[in-house]
Amino acid sequence: MLVSLNWLKQYVDLGSETPESLADKITKTGIEVEGIDYVSERLDHVVVGYVESCEKHPDADKLNVTKVNVGDEVLQIVCGAPNVAKGQHVVVAKVGAVLPGNFKIKQAKLRGIESNGMICSLQELGIQEQYVPKDLADGIFVFNESVQVGRDVTDYLNLDDAILELGLTPNRSDALSMLGVAYEVAAILNEEVILPDETYTTTDEQATDLVSVKVEATDDNPYYGAFVAKNVTIKPAPLWMRNYLMAAGIRPINNVVDITNYVLLEYGQPLHAFDLDKFGSDQIVVRRAADNETFVTLDEETRTLTNEHLVITNGQTPHALAGVMGGFESEVSETTTTVLLEAAYFDGKRVRQAVKDHGLRSESSTRFEKGVDPNRVKRAGHRALHLLEKYADAKICEGVNEKDILDYSEKDVVITTERINDRLGTTITDQDIAIILDKLQFTYDQDKSTFTVHVPTRRQDITIFEDMLEEVARIYGYDHLDYTLPEGGQFAGKLTERQALKRFVKQVMEGAGLSEAITYSLTTTERATTLVAPDIKTQAVSPVRLAMPMSEEHSTLRLSLLPELLAVASYNQARKEKDIALYEVGAVFVSDEKEITKQPKELNRLAGILNGQWLTHPFQQEHKAVDFYVAKGIVETLVSRLGMDVTFTKAEIDGMHPGRTAEVYHEGQSIGFIGQVHPTLAKSYDLKAVYVFDLDLEYLYDHVDLEPNFNQIPRFPSMSRDIALVMDEMVPSGDVLATIKQAAGEHLYSLHVFDVYQGEHLPAGKKSLAFNLRYLDPARTLTDEEVEASYETVLAAVKSTHGAVLRA
Amino acid sequence: MQEKLQALREEALAKITEADDLKALEAVRVGYLGKKGPITEVLRGMGKLSAEERPVVGELANTVRAAITEALEAKKQVFEEEALNEQLKAEAIDVTLPGRPVTLGGPHLLTSLVTEIEDLFIGMGFEVKEGPEVETDYYNFEALNLPKDHPARDMQDSFYVTEELLMRTHTSPVQARTMGEYKGNKPVKMICPGKVYRRDTDDATHSHQFTQVEGLYVDKNVRMSDLKGVLNQFAKQFFGEEREIRLRPSFFPFTEPSVEMDISCKVCHGKGCSVCKQTGWIEILGGGMVHPDVLKMAGYDPDIYSGFAFGMGPERIAMLKYGVDDIRHFYTNDQRFLAQYHKA
Repeated sequence: MLVSLNWLKQYVDLGSETPESLADKITKTGIEVEGIDYVSERLDHVVVGYVESCEKHPDADKLNVTKVNVGDEVLQIVCGAPNVAKGQHVVVAKVGAVLPGNFKIKQAKLRGIESNGMICSLQELGIQEQYVPKDLADGIFVFNESVQVGRDVTDYLNLDDAILELGLTPNRSDALSMLGVAYEVAAILNEEVILPDETYTTTDEQATDLVSVKVEATDDNPYYGAFVAKNVTIKPAPLWMRNYLMAAGIRPINNVVDITNYVLLEYGQPLHAFDLDKFGSDQIVVRRAADNETFVTLDEETRTLTNEHLVITNGQTPHALAGVMGGFESEVSETTTTVLLEAAYFDGKRVRQAVKDHGLRSESSTRFEKGVDPNRVKRAGHRALHLLEKYADAKICEGVNEKDILDYSEKDVVITTERINDRLGTTITDQDIAIILDKLQFTYDQDKSTFTVHVPTRRQDITIFEDMLEEVARIYGYDHLDYTLPEGGQFAGKLTERQALKRFVKQVMEGAGLSEAITYSLTTTERATTLVAPDIKTQAVSPVRLAMPMSEEHSTLRLSLLPELLAVASYNQARKEKDIALYEVGAVFVSDEKEITKQPKELNRLAGILNGQWLTHPFQQEHKAVDFYVAKGIVETLVSRLGMDVTFTKAEIDGMHPGRTAEVYHEGQSIGFIGQVHPTLAKSYDLKAVYVFDLDLEYLYDHVDLEPNFNQIPRFPSMSRDIALVMDEMVPSGDVLATIKQAAGEHLYSLHVFDVYQGEHLPAGKKSLAFNLRYLDPARTLTDEEVEASYETVLAAVKSTHGAVLRA
Repeated sequence: MQEKLQALREEALAKITEADDLKALEAVRVGYLGKKGPITEVLRGMGKLSAEERPVVGELANTVRAAITEALEAKKQVFEEEALNEQLKAEAIDVTLPGRPVTLGGPHLLTSLVTEIEDLFIGMGFEVKEGPEVETDYYNFEALNLPKDHPARDMQDSFYVTEELLMRTHTSPVQARTMGEYKGNKPVKMICPGKVYRRDTDDATHSHQFTQVEGLYVDKNVRMSDLKGVLNQFAKQFFGEEREIRLRPSFFPFTEPSVEMDISCKVCHGKGCSVCKQTGWIEILGGGMVHPDVLKMAGYDPDIYSGFAFGMGPERIAMLKYGVDDIRHFYTNDQRFLAQYHKA
């Protein structure tokens, strides 16, 4: 809402407030001033001039030589405007003036003839093109009212007016009018509001004789008032009105249209003027449109209507789309002499529907959508008639033809000083509250500390105690509220076990060298179903898709974190960041329904992606590329820190390298997978050897061993034996390890593979695995015989189970 | 005999002084102190001496032996020290070459911010609550006083999955769920961080997916001054003691009275600059006293209980606090961007 301060001053005294200080106060009190603009600027040496003579320039077709009286002298000015003529009062920029855009006026010679100044157009004075009346757009500005020759034009043209741009929240539609803003400013500055003159004289003719009104949709239109003004002369509206309209961002057209726009902005009540002679009948019927009924709006577009739209008809055809836009046929034009003035209350829903269906938002429709003040509807009509009488020579017919079932009652809200103070934490007195209510100009009945506030109909946003609480608080000033801390019982806040575990898991990942990524949950349908973990696949029936996605890019909820991580790897690689080590903790969305009806399960996963070099030394020539075992090491480290034991089993998973993928198991449950992404899938992301892992985080949270027990630190030495076994190359080391573990007996304390060999020292198809076994008894030193016996048992077991023999 | 011993001593010491390496020293040792050496020989000849002479010679022999051994040790040490210094010199390196980097990962900037916010509020006694990202229409809107025909609910702004399910547009539903969980007879003191979704074209300042942290405090006799106090405490701890806050009236469907909180501009300290659009203030969060209808719908009697709620956007805070210039950086995960925020 654009608020011209010079216009606002008509309704409330701004005292010594500057635009900045006023804007600050308005913002602090609840309506944000988004910016302060100016119509133009104060211009020196720019005065009113009277054109005493105007002759064609002897050497230039398009130029005229004028003699202009500027009060203290007569200047010769060469002017190129097509509309300059003798007898006009114009705007003269004298030599020495500086116009907006740093345009300096100098003495000049135009085609040999001296010119001592410039006759100006509104645009040259700094007024925006889009607001200049069409008849003045191509030429100089001409005053058509009495003005004093030689006077500064700044005040005549409102050039230094400040305009506050208000950003209104949905509850403050009362500020969509100058009067509404005036009440707000009056409350802030503790001033009175000066109401506009709504009086007018009438002829003996009755409006009811000239038009009849029938409302067939009373729910949609609880008040319709038809006024008639005859003898209207169409001409420009008075300069002061045009100035204010331009400041408010509305282009002036003619006096009748301008008056309806002026009153719309002044009162917040939209009005519409029809040319009664072109209305086609003397009957107004307000009804719903019929499906497929057509109608030409005043922008000359044909609109097809439906039964959801409300129209003003002449009994047969529509002449206005109620509350939105008038019709082309009965539009007010230069030839109009009889005006049918409509002041009505239209239901916001109908107007919203029409706006939505036709894409036709207007100053009018906005106000009906938000709700207008019932008590201003008719008054706005009166105000317009007052202005029509004064500025359009109108003869107003007596009375109004109206249909009225509107509710004009004020809402009562009860507040008490005690309750206000309880809620705000203040010690406001009864007196303070009364003062605030007076500032707001709300009437009330007071019984000691209880106030029954009669909320005026101009504030439709106030209906309950809390709304009044806000009024009191904001006028009292949020600045004046104390800072206190809640007095409720103190209780300690803390993270839940799962939240703490999430932080722990992230720290382990970061310690291992991976950085956290956060990717989009919504992805393409194809990606949403790629690289899905086996334990998710068994539960997910159909991926969850949006009903109306903005694009396919973000249309489906992911079932795996990996595809988006691959895209991230791809993005980084394209920017020459080839070494990638990232992890993500996030939810995947699993629905077990074919057509979704209930909320999907949101399961948290931990996923990681590795690419390129794992270790690089800048100059010591040490490199280690990422491989399967790097990824596996990270998972093993995490799991061991969580106190869990998992196994890795060779697996074939969609999208993964069939020979380099393992499914992760815990106590027989599949809880994730790790491995190299299938080269074909990797290629689709412009990647080569890229490794990923994906784990069921919910499962990990549920199975973490949180109670570390103290294990006695060994006091006796352990015995270490190495054993190198030759076997077929396809025998998984994990299987042999399991066999050894079982066979080695209770004193086996640790066991791990430390070498894998294949090559020229072994027959083809064979490999050698070397294991280190450590034996320990916490109570004593073991004997060589005991260890030797275990060793023999182990050899026998691996031979019979895996055909493995001791390496020579 | 005594003269012989003295002479041997002089000889040996001289040879030690002359020796120019460990080998030469060893030769002296073997030559004079060895099993076949002259001192041993003298000692063997002691049997021929008289009873008075024997101890004297014996003692002298030991003295001479000790002196030679000491001198040998001393010179050996000199050699060893020299050798050590040579070694140290040869081991010198160029300390200005780069060190071996230790690869540590780090958290995402958004996680760091949310963690910091969580910890601040946990310190004030709040708990951290989470909720589903795919929400029901009831919890996302109706329970928060946004009935079905409210303009904020236009299909245009939210990602619906079905008529009744949508991607949550704020984390407020978690507040409604928690109040429902506590059944209207227990105070609520919580914050709820999480991902939210809005139908917005992705550009430098808009993202269809972003983060929010909202908070709720409901108890008996909660006052608006409590809202001011808690937010002030949070702002000073999070943004710095020297920052000022101001509260302005605003509007949200789920709070009444509503506020917007601004913080004084870090760059110009409130004087006005391009960062704060000449106002000296930057908007950080919105909130207010919980609307009585929201309390009622959640089972809390507004005549007994009152509360305040607030919400903020970590992306926006990151962009203001750290100067991140494009919201999409948070979701493209360029490693060079992520790494900038791994410091303390």
